[in-house]
Amino acid sequence: MSSKTKDKKMTGNSGFDPTRRSFLAAMATAAGVTLAPGVVLYGISRSSSANAAVSSEVRWGMLIDLGRCDNGCDDCVSACAKENGLRGFGRPETDAQWIRKVDIKNPETGYSKSLPVMCQHCENPPCVDVCPTGASFKRADGIVLVNKHTCIGCRYCMMACPYKARSFVHETLEDQKPHAPRGKGTVESCTLCVHRIDSDRQPACVEACSDTGGGAMLFGDLNDPESEISKRVANYASQQIRADLGLNPGVRYRNL
Amino acid sequence: MNWRHICITLLAVMLIGIGSPGAVVFAEEGNAVGNSLLPFIPMGRGNACVEDTDFMRRNHMELLKHQRDETVLEGTRSDQYSLTECLDCHAVAGPDANPVTFADSSHFCRACHDFASVSIDCFQCHASRPESGALPDDHQFSGAFPGTTRVKGSE
Amino acid sequence: MKPITYSELKGNSKPFYALAAILAVFILIALACAYYMEHSGHHVTGMTNQIVWGMPHVFAIFLIVAASGALNVASISTVFGKPVYKPLGRLSGLLAIALLVGGLIVLVLDLGRPDRLIVAMTSYNFKSIFAWNIFLYVGFMVVVAAYLWVQMERRMNGYTKTAGMLAFIWRLVLTTGTGSIFGFLVAREAYDSAIMAPLFIAMSFSFGLAVYILILLAAYHGSGREIGSVVTRKLGRLLGIFIGTVLFFTAIQHLANLYAAEHGAVERFILLDGGIYTLLFWVGQVVVGGLIPLFLVFRPATKGASRDIILASILVILGGFAQVYVLVIGGQAFPLNLFPGMEVSSSFHDGVVSAYAPSLPEIGLGLGGVALAGLIVLLGIKVLRFLPVSLADADIDPHHQAANSGS
Repeated sequence: MSSKTKDKKMTGNSGFDPTRRSFLAAMATAAGVTLAPGVVLYGISRSSSANAAVSSEVRWGMLIDLGRCDNGCDDCVSACAKENGLRGFGRPETDAQWIRKVDIKNPETGYSKSLPVMCQHCENPPCVDVCPTGASFKRADGIVLVNKHTCIGCRYCMMACPYKARSFVHETLEDQKPHAPRGKGTVESCTLCVHRIDSDRQPACVEACSDTGGGAMLFGDLNDPESEISKRVANYASQQIRADLGLNPGVRYRNL
Repeated sequence: MNWRHICITLLAVMLIGIGSPGAVVFAEEGNAVGNSLLPFIPMGRGNACVEDTDFMRRNHMELLKHQRDETVLEGTRSDQYSLTECLDCHAVAGPDANPVTFADSSHFCRACHDFASVSIDCFQCHASRPESGALPDDHQFSGAFPGTTRVKGSE
Repeated sequence: MKPITYSELKGNSKPFYALAAILAVFILIALACAYYMEHSGHHVTGMTNQIVWGMPHVFAIFLIVAASGALNVASISTVFGKPVYKPLGRLSGLLAIALLVGGLIVLVLDLGRPDRLIVAMTSYNFKSIFAWNIFLYVGFMVVVAAYLWVQMERRMNGYTKTAGMLAFIWRLVLTTGTGSIFGFLVAREAYDSAIMAPLFIAMSFSFGLAVYILILLAAYHGSGREIGSVVTRKLGRLLGIFIGTVLFFTAIQHLANLYAAEHGAVERFILLDGGIYTLLFWVGQVVVGGLIPLFLVFRPATKGASRDIILASILVILGGFAQVYVLVIGGQAFPLNLFPGMEVSSSFHDGVVSAYAPSLPEIGLGLGGVALAGLIVLLGIKVLRFLPVSLADADIDPHHQAANSGS
């Protein structure tokens, strides 16, 4: 699977054509994973999924069981900040937040709850619809991302997002995490830890929640009927935030 | 009244004026090797790059751009042509033995880009040095400019 | 009716150069403001993750909306066949382009990455109304430039009607697009409504004409050319109709929202207890920008004296800014409703009305856009024949005596 995908990517699907000089030869060498003299391939030992393009057969989603989410716990929030290198500047109005705990209270009944809210990775994301350059996009596997190479910083996606999930980078940043590039003048939001997913790991918040939190967050493939998340959403009632908008978010909540 | 001569003289004066500060900078940085107008490129880790040096000089930006689109849009994360991988091998140690950031003129990318006056905005978002902070054990240099190589006649 | 003679402004007087210099200074200040904002990052502005569009957008939207409205004077002459407006057509086209350029420059310089303008020009998402607007704005300039050309080039005069019709349709589509930037925002209660498009068209008629009237009178008084009361009175009455239209659409907008219980909170915020937004709505938009100018242009005692028309135009512009401010900022200040029926709070300003204080760099940038529009007009009327030598009553309407005594 791995080498097959790689072959296809390197030759057939390649949009890259720098010069006619010796490039195809170089590519063929690379594709065959043979080490020509002077050519060293680094890191070929990574897991197979890192080299494969994502597929729409998968739809990543999350089920958050609020019955196990402690009101005072914000392990998911701090794990996210640590993983993605989010640092505050002491300016709460402009500091970025990819995931936050929201306290809700029903004024009629007095019921109250605290729940984590992040990008809901909608099937029909308004942020993607409104983005003029197509920088805001949905990956084949359902993860909604900002391509910061084409984001012009117009913030229209922030106007369109019903979940207040996006932040604008208001200042110059330094020493970002290599796997989480982010910079001044572009919009960003929860990536569902796409770099982890691409190497078969779970999002940092989910990991932290099961390690030190209440184990409320379950991550998995909503398209796979055999996955744990699919079984749970099939057997128990779950809710989406603002389901009335018809956006079909990939993040679902139990006991909301 | 010969306008052509005047123009050419003016142009020459301007070019010298622009060129000399740059020459001074490079001469200072390259004091180990001697005065030269050519940039001095810090050696990377390992024996060779992912492609021939000549190929990389001409095409590294295309490789990076190609890889970037595949990674961002399709989630293909082969290390070979990734920016992180470039930085892992080409990190330059500063005086404190930690890798320098792009803010430092000895950064690998700046060695040529400053010389060629080609500004890049990669590092407005991307980390410009390996995450670990310290350089890998097999990194072959520790000072600011321990091993330098000239553009021509390397290898 | 005499043939109309157009001529360039002499433009060599001290006041002319002084005005040009003042406008240029404002433009330089705006550039400095933009550089400061881009260099430091947007945290130096009043804009936040809650109020993502601020003062620059208020200026930009006002200028862009006014731009399409400024073209109306030309359209009335060529599309609706009112010859009295014909001498006014050229300035109308110039002003439309100038206002649009001024508005767009503010919008562009506020982007997080203005250096990537080329991306916005080469990479499009056709599902985005914003992307369509980029085409509509650029196309508008081309169409209006062509419209001006066929008006000013005698050999091409035959195409004036065609070009005028195209420009008129284009500007309607353009304003529909601008309004829909807000109308298509499904999650924001203050916006999500199809009425945004016609409301913006009505606003464009009103703001554009008010700006046009002020520029026209300033140009004629400043250059010592004659302008009669026929023109100002006609424009004044037209302005009155447009002011009424804006008030009508505003009323419908809020009445429709008030009828739906789910929008009660946002309406209460804008109309009743929204502090500055409520004040700007009632005093700024409705009274100063609506009722007072309406009274000024229609009051029988003065029959549309030019002094009243000027004052009315100024008030319409002030009220217009108030309206756009309430719409843009007020609409964002009201919190998103993630959990209907719940009281909500978080460290990310969920469930609370967001504060916004416009910063000097934002205002400086916005004023620069206004100054740029002004400078384009000023230089335009100096180098090309945009203005008729005289707009005296006898020159544009041979029946003015009869008309006056009849009315």
